[in-house]
Amino acid sequence: MKNFFKSKTFISILASVLSIVAGLIIGFILLIVFNPPYALGGLKSIATAGFSRADKLAKVLYQAAPLIMTGLSVGFAFKTGLFNIGATGQYTVGAFCALVCGIQFQLPWWVCILAAMIGGAIWGFIPGICKALFNVNEVITSIMFNWLGLFMVNLCINNMPKMLADFWGASNKDRTGALASANPSAIIPKAGLDKLLGSNYMNISIFLTIGIAILIYVILEKMTFGYELKACGFNKDASIYAGINAKRNIVLSMVISGALAGIGGGIYYLSGTAQYTIVKSLLSMGFNGIPVALLGASSPIGIIFAAIFISYIQVGGEALQPEYAKEIIDIIIAVIIYLSAFSLLVKNILGRFFKGDTSNVNDEGAAAIKAAPVAVPAGEKSGESAGEPVGVPVGEPAGEPAPGDTGEKAVPVSDADVNKEEGGDQ
Amino acid sequence: MSWANILADLLGATVLFAVPLLLVALGGMFSERSGVINIALEGIMIVGALCSCLTLVGLDKSGFGAAHPQLGMFIAILVAAASGAVFSLLLAFASINLRADQTIGGTALNMLAPAFAIVLTWAVQGQGQTTILIPTWTRITQDNFGIEKADTFFQNLIFKSFYLTTIIAVILFIAAYVLLYKTKFGLRLRACGEHPQAADSVGINVFKMRYAGVIISGCLGGIGGLAFTVAAGSGFQSSVAGYGFLALAVMIFGNWKPFSILGASLFFALFKIIGSYSDSIPFLPSFRSVKSSEYIYLMLPYVVTMIVLILTSKKSRAPKAEGIPYDKGMR
Repeated sequence: MKNFFKSKTFISILASVLSIVAGLIIGFILLIVFNPPYALGGLKSIATAGFSRADKLAKVLYQAAPLIMTGLSVGFAFKTGLFNIGATGQYTVGAFCALVCGIQFQLPWWVCILAAMIGGAIWGFIPGICKALFNVNEVITSIMFNWLGLFMVNLCINNMPKMLADFWGASNKDRTGALASANPSAIIPKAGLDKLLGSNYMNISIFLTIGIAILIYVILEKMTFGYELKACGFNKDASIYAGINAKRNIVLSMVISGALAGIGGGIYYLSGTAQYTIVKSLLSMGFNGIPVALLGASSPIGIIFAAIFISYIQVGGEALQPEYAKEIIDIIIAVIIYLSAFSLLVKNILGRFFKGDTSNVNDEGAAAIKAAPVAVPAGEKSGESAGEPVGVPVGEPAGEPAPGDTGEKAVPVSDADVNKEEGGDQ
Repeated sequence: MSWANILADLLGATVLFAVPLLLVALGGMFSERSGVINIALEGIMIVGALCSCLTLVGLDKSGFGAAHPQLGMFIAILVAAASGAVFSLLLAFASINLRADQTIGGTALNMLAPAFAIVLTWAVQGQGQTTILIPTWTRITQDNFGIEKADTFFQNLIFKSFYLTTIIAVILFIAAYVLLYKTKFGLRLRACGEHPQAADSVGINVFKMRYAGVIISGCLGGIGGLAFTVAAGSGFQSSVAGYGFLALAVMIFGNWKPFSILGASLFFALFKIIGSYSDSIPFLPSFRSVKSSEYIYLMLPYVVTMIVLILTSKKSRAPKAEGIPYDKGMR
């Protein structure tokens, strides 16, 4: 037990919890400022609305599923040293591909989800290839691809009469047809969960996404492939030196990240309860992947809990109306991300508090991506030309954490090694 | 409509929409030239627009605005600049003092600003009222100069959509150029964005310079927010429709240099206007068989920027130290 309090997992969790508490305190202050008589009741509904009734719980899980996917998308990119701010665009394109397969081509739901994955992957591929070949910053490219994706999807849907709701008997033209009338087989199966929780929102997507999160965990932490991706994020030059094809890995990271966001878009709109509405503003579900990833410290398992939490307080925010604008929740989330931005600092302070030193604290989030050197067996690869596609795996990660470790990290160097190395070349 | 009228409308509207892009991109330039990536421009614009629109409404209600319209507008511009600067301090504090990741800090501020704007608009205007209308006296008309109203080319060009922000933007553009290239301050600011350690070694306070860069970008971004809201014309709805991000693209397209940024913002604005006028411009392909073809024109500036970014990536001159928190101990 004592070891647990010293572990990085514990400090990561504690840092996230502190951010959440600070966010909630600021939210409470806002509630008091804007409408004092309702403030306590408002805080109560933020805190309890999600569990108050079974159908509210269903809503929490329903919204959490796509959030897990966009959170995984952003978190996966963070782990590999990229900032995928384009999850929104990939999410939109994924949703579009799923709906085209579902409505236009009348395909079953699992084909639609595969199509969503491919759509998102394509939208991640282009920023990835621009970064790898031309060294164009992926943040700028993916911001532009968010808008390009949105405009392209709107343009396409407007020109596909079969996609629009009025083709399927509804009166409005500004959204896609309801799946219930267009193609019931494209709706994600509910497996009786809707009756269990008494809500139409419930389907198996939450279990699908948790399965995908575990898959991503295995890829990142237990496989050579994931290790190579992370090595590129930690130190591109060192990984090139070790014979990893860094350019290929950057593209692959963005493709996987985009595919994850794309699936998120697919499962949200294949639930049968949502219709894609043609608007000129970006969808917030993709942007909310950023706080989810930061709160979950980019760890796939952490992201599951973070997504459920964000979804939970959003349901709480809807319960705030009409006394307050539900955007108070967005303020709380924004404060939480703002605090996560300097989580490195918080973690160092916490680390010092619990251990008396900071050498063991290694930030999991984006803040320290560029920091740690990767252990490379220097002698082995020195004969090869650096940078060109060698494709040789680095071999098994040398210092894979011992079984007793919390499993949060697979940085193949113990921190002592890092310190030794850094000390060595000064 | 006659040809001359269309042309006048087109040019006037292009300038109108180029103004916010120019101001905000110049703001981003100051911040990035000092070494801080300012992705929060969108949020800064929203806060600037929110505070200045509330000021305009307040001035309208007190009757001061109708009596002294351009003085009222000037006050609103000052409020926009001040509120943008205050909001940008949040970014400066996180990224300079706490050495936080600048992109994530900026993203947080981008989320914070629209939510805050909606909550505050509700609080001020009552439940469900999400639009702050801009009073009509803000526009500069022929009456301000005592000119007879006439349907001539030049009057259409100038007075159809003429606001004090346009004049201010021209002044600020010249001031920004002089400040960045012709003053000691500008040289120091640029040094901090290129090699802060070297700047520090000759006695320049890197923290102060970066704070200055971010605050200037906050002022310009705030005014840009107001300029966007008057250009959009439908009042402030807690959003600036992605213009902050567009301004980032303009800044990169303009290679972090004032005159190139001016050109880039006119280019982006022209495409935006062509998109919304595509039906009434005879020589453009109007894609009649395609529904809602305005999206094609909305996509064009992004596509062109992507191509330009790829082609110029070898020559692109981003400030070397941007995005890297300054650490005295770093080698």
